[in-house]
Amino acid sequence: MTPALEVRDLCRSFGALHVARNINLALAPGARQALIGPNGAGKTMLVNLITGALKPDSGAVFVRGEEITDLGQAARVKKGLARTYQINQLFRELTVLENIALSVAERRRRGANLLQPFSRNRETVDEAAQLIETLRLGDDMLKPIRELPYGRQRLVEIAITLGQRPEVLLLDEPAAGVPSTESHIILEALDALPDNIAILIIEHDMEVVFRFAEQVTVLVGGAVLVEGPPAAIAKDEGVRAVYLGEHEHG
Amino acid sequence: MNAPDRSAPDPHGFLRGRERWRPVEALPWLIAIGAFFALPDYMILGTQVITMIIFALSLDLILGYAGIVSLGHAAYFGAGAYATGMLSAHLGWGEPISGLLFGGAVAGLVGFVSGWVLLRYHGLTLLMLTLATAIMLQELANVLEVWTGGFDGLLGMEFTPLFGLFENDLWGHAYYWYALAVLAICFLFARRLVHSAFGRTLVGIRENTRRMHAIGSPVHWRLVTVYTASATMAGLAGALFAEINAYVTLDVLSFARSGAVLIVLILGGTGRLYGAFVGATVYVILEDELAKASPEFWEFGVGLVLVLVVLFFRGGLLGGLDSAARRLKEARS
Repeated sequence: MTPALEVRDLCRSFGALHVARNINLALAPGARQALIGPNGAGKTMLVNLITGALKPDSGAVFVRGEEITDLGQAARVKKGLARTYQINQLFRELTVLENIALSVAERRRRGANLLQPFSRNRETVDEAAQLIETLRLGDDMLKPIRELPYGRQRLVEIAITLGQRPEVLLLDEPAAGVPSTESHIILEALDALPDNIAILIIEHDMEVVFRFAEQVTVLVGGAVLVEGPPAAIAKDEGVRAVYLGEHEHG
Repeated sequence: MNAPDRSAPDPHGFLRGRERWRPVEALPWLIAIGAFFALPDYMILGTQVITMIIFALSLDLILGYAGIVSLGHAAYFGAGAYATGMLSAHLGWGEPISGLLFGGAVAGLVGFVSGWVLLRYHGLTLLMLTLATAIMLQELANVLEVWTGGFDGLLGMEFTPLFGLFENDLWGHAYYWYALAVLAICFLFARRLVHSAFGRTLVGIRENTRRMHAIGSPVHWRLVTVYTASATMAGLAGALFAEINAYVTLDVLSFARSGAVLIVLILGGTGRLYGAFVGATVYVILEDELAKASPEFWEFGVGLVLVLVVLFFRGGLLGGLDSAARRLKEARS
């Protein structure tokens, strides 16, 4: 079966600092894979390399068997590859509805329409409203982002990305900064995602990783240390030494 | 009347409500028409105000909506003015409406080409490049003396009466209506544009360019498109200026003019279309009055007003009006 996302021998360095060393990764359609590693391991860098925000020195990225290494960010999105950000990237002056409708409108290629009022895009608005319902943001639909508490903003961050109907979804610490009383909303939202989306999630919270992921990749110093099911990773001596041990004591 | 159901906000109604015409939007047009009958001796000044509104409106499209700050918007005003002027002075084409369209088209072309290059850059670099574009155009107009008249200005324009009937009379009556009609068309276009899906994506780019890339938006093309539309509109304002005065100097491309339009828009309020109306009216009238009172130091007065507005009204005069109205509402409830 063709992997939904495949990364081959990806390398990138800034001078002497290697942020990616021969990274190989494959996600089957519908995969639930976690990417863990200590701070500075290059997790977000890998997301940037995959989505095209950063160009690799060598190596290749494929979506459903099609090479996308030379495509720009926007073109990769059109191939079904979407991401969320570790730090919210929202349209702060716009309402929740507009934030999400904007994403849906771009996916439906309505964004070049110069003369038709935005409200006439009924299907776009309906789809955005549907997403808002799914993430239980209904009450805040017409509020500007800046009036929302951080946890709710985090949901908008995810909803914008889901507006792209991705086939491969890269989640960069979706629950980061969310109070523990609200993180369950995010986890439930992730559980409710369609099964056929391949998901790579970066997460520090081991509980989330063990609950969500079927496969875990451990990244250390820009290289893959080990990959396997969560239970095996938890027992792995090497991982305990560099990551879990440190985490438990910290 | 039924109170709206708070548990289920209506997304369609909300978006339609934003786009709907409000009664207060008739006000500027009523004032413009009323001014013609109430102040017939001030129509030349009135036409100046309208030209400035069109110019400021064009800047609002890129600055207020797409977030492109420009210090060289006079480049397109000047391109339009010289194009229309040279068409008449050298080729003898003096029909005003086609001359106006020609000026807009040339400015649009200049906007497209320069925008395509400029808009690859951001922030301070972009700001400097807009400034450089206008300076380069001004120098070009200075050097190409044979066509532009250089430092002495472009003379010898002659325009035929509008529709073969209405001469540009000494009191500026016919051209007041002409300018008002051009403004109405530009405004309708701008209003449509900002409320379209395209207009929303511009605001998205202003608010978070990085995220727009990440949701697959062709950011560069969107910016080039709005920049071209804005340059065309600025060119129409410049062409109108040329036809009204039948005289164009290097001043149309000057940094002072780029700065003035920026001041007008900030004074009135950016990103709200009507800011251009308020800002241009206040600026042109203030300039006229202050210049009468003190021909040497009038700019001091303009500067003072700008400082006061920026310090005490967030979002310009209209922004200040908005928050005052909101406070009044809150105090009542």
